[in-house]
Amino acid sequence: MALHIDETVAAEAGAAHRNPPRGPQRRRRGTLRTWLEIVVLAAFAVVMLFPVVWMLETSLKENRDVYAVPAQFFRFDVTLDHYKDVFVQRDGSGTSDLAVSYKNSILVAGTSTILATLLGVPAAWAYSRFALKAKKDQLFFILSTRFMPPVVVVIPIFLMYRDLGLINTKLGLVLIYAAFNLPFTIWMMKGFVDEVPAEYEDAAMLDGYSRFEAFWRFTLPLLVPGIAATAVFALIFSWNEFVFAIFLTSSDSARTAPPAIAGLIGGTTIDWGLVAASAMVFAVPVLLFAFLVRKHLVAGVTLGAVRR
Amino acid sequence: MATTISPAEPAAPLVAPPAARRFRWLGDRRLSAMFIAPALALLLFLSVFPLLWALYLSFTNYSATRDTPAQWVWFDNYRDILTSATVHQRALTTLMYVIGAVGLQTVLGFSIAYLISRRVRGRGLMTTLFLVPMMLSPVVVGLFWRFMLDTQFGVVNSLLNSLGFGSVEWLTKQRTALLSLIVVDTWQWTPFIMLIALAGLTAVPKYLYEAASIDRASEWFRFRHITLPLVWPLLLIAVLFRAIEAFRLFDLVYILTNGGPGVSTETLSFHVYKVAFLGFDTGAASAYGILMVLVVIVLAQFYLRYLEKLRST
Repeated sequence: MALHIDETVAAEAGAAHRNPPRGPQRRRRGTLRTWLEIVVLAAFAVVMLFPVVWMLETSLKENRDVYAVPAQFFRFDVTLDHYKDVFVQRDGSGTSDLAVSYKNSILVAGTSTILATLLGVPAAWAYSRFALKAKKDQLFFILSTRFMPPVVVVIPIFLMYRDLGLINTKLGLVLIYAAFNLPFTIWMMKGFVDEVPAEYEDAAMLDGYSRFEAFWRFTLPLLVPGIAATAVFALIFSWNEFVFAIFLTSSDSARTAPPAIAGLIGGTTIDWGLVAASAMVFAVPVLLFAFLVRKHLVAGVTLGAVRR
Repeated sequence: MATTISPAEPAAPLVAPPAARRFRWLGDRRLSAMFIAPALALLLFLSVFPLLWALYLSFTNYSATRDTPAQWVWFDNYRDILTSATVHQRALTTLMYVIGAVGLQTVLGFSIAYLISRRVRGRGLMTTLFLVPMMLSPVVVGLFWRFMLDTQFGVVNSLLNSLGFGSVEWLTKQRTALLSLIVVDTWQWTPFIMLIALAGLTAVPKYLYEAASIDRASEWFRFRHITLPLVWPLLLIAVLFRAIEAFRLFDLVYILTNGGPGVSTETLSFHVYKVAFLGFDTGAASAYGILMVLVVIVLAQFYLRYLEKLRST
């Protein structure tokens, strides 16, 4: 009997019948199915990754190969000219507008992430530890601000920023991105704080530490990995954001990379090689960040609400 | 910062000294207020206040380019929107897009997750590779695909030609443009559903399958009565989340088709943008936006209700 169970579990792909076929035959069908599954999976993977590979190829091609019909998959001359164009002006006079926008992106995404973390982590801790009035409603309210359609919010923000002189400034973007990331930070961090036993703080307070010290000296250090993961997610969101960036900035000095890259397709002829190169340069940090938080992905993409 | 109240006392032998009780003045109540208030203040300033402002504007005929003060017009904007044939058309486009894209993503994402969950080796690597599209900016994704779907030198048509099919005018024909939008959105967000489904699938306890195989349950029976019921709640959350996101989609439409050709890919979000920033009919756009927010709130309610249910089990 035991042997039989092992066999069925091992050949888990094989369908059970009233009269199961003999061992070897059964297993062969199992392996056939396994191979079929692997092939299907590989096909999915190829389709999913092809656009990225194609963009990478395009960014490395000479222009005549970029516009070649039919498309050239393997036979093309490799050049790094497009990458040079991303950073240096065509006529060789200093940095390009794209390079400036990358710098703006780094500044805006970085600062807004720090701001969201500084405001969000203490709030998350407080929501996790204290019995507050209408706590559930407050948390629901916080999350609901995250669901608002950006095009809708951007109309009054635009008017408000115009009056406050925040339009076309990096500070304006930093504030809106921090507000945009705050619900996420609070929800995700609350999950991490919930996992640190409150008894640690109680013990510290019995030792004579105040509540704040208990948080600062004992809980906070335990939260560092969670904070790092949350911050990386916030960084990715701010880095990729487009709607607020395009409507709240108009000059090269404040514009972040997404609208700047989108601006490349404005004219009648589009330099796809340059578009590909700038998209690749822009995507590399995100992929790196995503790799860093791969363990927290499920919690991250669902606002920390579902944990793995 | 606060001054130290009590200096460290000389330690008694073998007994740990009581810690210096600094920040004593920070009681629980004051501490929680201090920790939460700044976060709520920022949200009130940049989320609630703008929304209330939009609510006010939605009852007026204000225009951001004219300097005339706003005139109160009561529910005229709302009446116009709800009875306008144009808006009904946009709502239909949005509905087709949301159902098409989210449906496709769910089927594909779950299938991929199911296949991955049956593999033992290379699971982590495969998951990471599949997640790449999701991490990219909508701008980058839109540009990737605009290039690939180009009628003349796009690689998709190139492949179709070499396989003996004719070229397709992906982004310039009314019917295929919406399809292209759905395809691109599916490409980007299938990994999301896959990720959630995979989390659910790997959490199914093994002993259930073992019990089922003792009973010689068929593969389909196992899937239908063990796998699906256990993964379903999580999958539903992913679907709701995606539905909310797809409903408010703007950037991809802007980059990929700019609402065209004609108005065939003009979703509600894109229409709001046109009314607000090309027509500068700020009052009407605000009313429009408020209606969209109401839809999102209803969807979000379902999302949170399921979340609550899932957490309590």
